[in-house]
Amino acid sequence: MSTLIWIAVVLVVIAVYLSWTAGRLDRLHSRLDAARAALDAQLLRRASVAQELATAGVLDPAASIVLYQAAHAARQSEEEHREVAESELSQALRAVFEDSPQAEAVRGAPGGEDALGELTEAVRRVPMARRFHNDAVRAARALRRHRTVRWFRLAGHAPFPLAFEMDDEPPVALGRVPGTEETER
Amino acid sequence: MRIGIVCPYSWDVPGGVQFHIRDLADHLIRRGHQVSVLAPADDETPLPPYVVSAGRAVPVPYNGSVARLNFGFLSAARVRRWLHDGAFDVIHIHEPTSPSLGLLACWAAQGPIVATFHTSNPRSRAMIAAYPILQPALEKISARIAVSEYARRTLVEHLGGDAVVIPNGVDVDFFADAEPKEEWRGETIGFIGRIDEPRKGLPVLMRALPKILEARPGARLLIAGRGDEKEAVADLPAPLRERVEFLGMVSDEDKARLLRSVDVYIAPNTGGESFGIILVEAMSAGAAVLASDLDAFAQVLAGGAAGELFTNEDADALAAAAVRLLGDEKRLAELRERGSRHVRRFDWSTVGADILAVYETVTDGAASVAADDRTRLWARLGLARD
Repeated sequence: MSTLIWIAVVLVVIAVYLSWTAGRLDRLHSRLDAARAALDAQLLRRASVAQELATAGVLDPAASIVLYQAAHAARQSEEEHREVAESELSQALRAVFEDSPQAEAVRGAPGGEDALGELTEAVRRVPMARRFHNDAVRAARALRRHRTVRWFRLAGHAPFPLAFEMDDEPPVALGRVPGTEETER
Repeated sequence: MRIGIVCPYSWDVPGGVQFHIRDLADHLIRRGHQVSVLAPADDETPLPPYVVSAGRAVPVPYNGSVARLNFGFLSAARVRRWLHDGAFDVIHIHEPTSPSLGLLACWAAQGPIVATFHTSNPRSRAMIAAYPILQPALEKISARIAVSEYARRTLVEHLGGDAVVIPNGVDVDFFADAEPKEEWRGETIGFIGRIDEPRKGLPVLMRALPKILEARPGARLLIAGRGDEKEAVADLPAPLRERVEFLGMVSDEDKARLLRSVDVYIAPNTGGESFGIILVEAMSAGAAVLASDLDAFAQVLAGGAAGELFTNEDADALAAAAVRLLGDEKRLAELRERGSRHVRRFDWSTVGADILAVYETVTDGAASVAADDRTRLWARLGLARD
């Protein structure tokens, strides 16, 4: 009789542990979804602001075309080409806003101040959202590699999380990462 | 936005983290957000209206010193009540790895959680042992902030993952607009910090002082901070002692006036710094800064562009640099000018906007903060691990 009780106790403990781990995993997945949605939103926002600037006629025609092309490609890209397309947008933004005179020219145009402010904010928030996303990916992967999760298939059909790798270095004239840049330019 | 901030250390004890949280809360409230700070505090301590007490912190030996921490059933219950009453859009936990309110809040909450890592402690044995317990709590954090690139590196090494770097904020104008005091002017060197805490580096400065005073007969050293004044000057030749002036503990206003008055501010700290807010304050006040070349300091000073660095714990190097600086009016003016340009990035207007950007990034598309029901179930089963 007492053996049976012990078996029951052990089973209950295992069940509680499994349900707790599943809950942990579930929470990690929802954190991952939220982080991915936030990253998506920031990338889209950056592409839209870039496109707006490109079509506003405040930049010279060559710069406008380069920027428009990159922003358009970033917005339209398929999922598997997205990292490359977004990196190219970063490069295009860096090429256009490489020097302060260009940024000053935009700022001088009517409405330019606001547009530039939005762009500055967007290029700052993309790396933020990406770090948070990749941090969530790492946490989810660490747990999913755990024996318990693999043996009991606690992850279900959720796809294995992948990090989002891209070049998100902001343009010098806009990027202002506090505490990390040099004073003298 | 409804923002909940968790402070791990006693509100009634002055400290860097507490000041940071106070200034952050003030800044956010000024920008029209609703802020509630949960902090350990004695029941008698007068608290600002936005602070909620989590009960008295208990002094326990932890990590080699006596820390005042909050834990146990009562604290956990208060954390849960605070989460429930606040209905926050985001909670911001400071020092989530210290076994105090931060960790409890991490356990008890779900939803968008932002965490700031202030210290860059080397990995302790307790942390390694506690890792399996910490991990489920830490993986709830949606966004991590490190106060410096140095702190971020240690964080990534110890816990994996990544973090964004947002420095501590300073009210630059408060220091820039302070009125200099006449009796603190005229070839003065400033030092602010605990006198009896060797890591703050006063002994190094004291060893360098005879050389500095020999080369600059008019120079004086002004020291503000707690500690035994007699012991501090014990090794100094008697005739030099009168050129060291102790101001004791100073108010925020006097601190700003002191920094505004001195020619050179010296930070000889020998270690244990993850940021160096005092350097930013000194630069804000327009003092030329001479600091030891700790990683964190080098970073705040932009690798030596905004202030001078000397080899850590090398009293001769400190003396040489100080003598050179005091005799070079042009260099002093240049450092002053560069410093005040450089500190703008540490102003609350910049830092606060960045922290808000983090809040907005994690709340985009996420539900608001709620109490985590799982821990409740655990508590009901008598298995609560917090």
